[in-house]
Amino acid sequence: MIPRQTGILPSSMMKVLLDEQGVETALRQLADEIVASIPAASQIGMIGIRRRGVDLAKRLLTLLDERGVADIAYGCLDITLYRDDLAEIGPSAVVRTTEIDFDVAGRYIVLVDDVIFTGRSVRSALAAIIDLGRPKAIRLAVLVDRGGRELPIQPDFVGIRTAENDDHVAVLLQETDGVDRVEALA
Amino acid sequence: MTGVRHPAQDAKRLVATASGTERESVAWPHRDLLSLEELTADEITVILDTAEAFEDVSTRSVKKVPALRGRVVVNLFFEDSTRTRTSFTLAAQRLSADVIDFTARTSALNKGESLRDTVRNIEAMGVDLIVCRHSASGAPYLIARNVNCSVINAGDGRHEHPTQGLLDIYTIRQAKKRIDGLNVAIVGDVANSRVARSNLHGLLKLGAEVSFVGPTTLVPKAFEQLGANIYHNFDAVIDRFDVINMLRVQRERVTSNVFPSLEEYSRLFGLTNERMKRAKPDVLVMHPGPINRGVEMSADVADGQKSAILRQVANGLSVRMAVMFLCKQAADVG
Repeated sequence: MIPRQTGILPSSMMKVLLDEQGVETALRQLADEIVASIPAASQIGMIGIRRRGVDLAKRLLTLLDERGVADIAYGCLDITLYRDDLAEIGPSAVVRTTEIDFDVAGRYIVLVDDVIFTGRSVRSALAAIIDLGRPKAIRLAVLVDRGGRELPIQPDFVGIRTAENDDHVAVLLQETDGVDRVEALA
Repeated sequence: MTGVRHPAQDAKRLVATASGTERESVAWPHRDLLSLEELTADEITVILDTAEAFEDVSTRSVKKVPALRGRVVVNLFFEDSTRTRTSFTLAAQRLSADVIDFTARTSALNKGESLRDTVRNIEAMGVDLIVCRHSASGAPYLIARNVNCSVINAGDGRHEHPTQGLLDIYTIRQAKKRIDGLNVAIVGDVANSRVARSNLHGLLKLGAEVSFVGPTTLVPKAFEQLGANIYHNFDAVIDRFDVINMLRVQRERVTSNVFPSLEEYSRLFGLTNERMKRAKPDVLVMHPGPINRGVEMSADVADGQKSAILRQVANGLSVRMAVMFLCKQAADVG
């Protein structure tokens, strides 16, 4: 377990958008929506975007399993090499492994990330997935939609939408941060 | 964005390794890769971890990522080397870079141009990364001092061949899951080998024990000062090693005084099935290629279960992709 870097901002400056219960409810609702939308007899592939999208994808996988959608291929995607701002971020770019062991061709792909903001990460992820093959469809599930899009990319399944003036939105997850919470600058 | 620092933007970051464990890793600060001697253990590990992430690029349907799209890589080879050049070319192409080959035979160097002028001219064409091989030790340093683009040493004289050292270490780590505490033998013409030097520096930094094995003329006692064990009797020590890396016999040296006859060399230091029986059961056999079958290694050992030779070639691609990517990233921030 990696201890979360606490004290980034004093807790008095942060407001909680989703508490532990809220995160769970949002994920259940996402799972319900995904189940309802999947065409019958589809082969599904769930792909999490590193890092927090991976943890969310794993949880959604369990929830879908509980809802009777078994046999879902699972993978995780590192988009570093596809980013359009590589020249700006320099050595802080850490390339991690992409582990997608199934053939994406013909599959119904559910792409999972924690937050959508400008849409550029999702654009990178779409380019990366399409380089692996030709999926039947790609749908996007996010826990938090912050607005602020710079590209014409919209999620299909959304946990919560933040208010217009919510800034510094942070998704904390049990797996990486020891707690489930979505917070923003108050 | 103000104030908030996301953990991912810290200098020390968490890197997921293939084994699934997370650990801290430092950023890569170098524009050039000239030797392993000047790197820290952490920096070498950054390259190895990054290479791991590049492995899947070579196995998928579109064997390309856009990380170096629009960038230009020049292979500047003053010494022939088909396989190293091909490996660098393929690695650059998998990063979507454009690649130009520039060989000494076709260059203006034959018309009296100095190396400094040559590289400055090449750079003026808008090159982002120079991959250089030269028979003179230190030539890549001269080039790096004279250009602003990244320079990667693809072998300089008897000095170093850092990407070969890295891919050897990567191959060992892949097979043994660690470097620390391993006992690695490097056998053959150590005195003239840049591969041996790069392996030595890298392996020692990562905590391995390194032994040089060969005739006294090719494995001078002085190498002890670099931190290696020196052995002249292969059979007496072969059972100690977790890894045996066989250096290529450079045939042009065979006629010189320092080299025993091929037959004698092969009898004393060649890796045969017979000799392998004395080695550890899980020993890893490596060779930087090209192999002289029947001289430094018998065909059945080269093609045998314990041989990692073809894996070394495949890993060379991932390692070179990682090196080019990291150096280019560092150069971009300047």
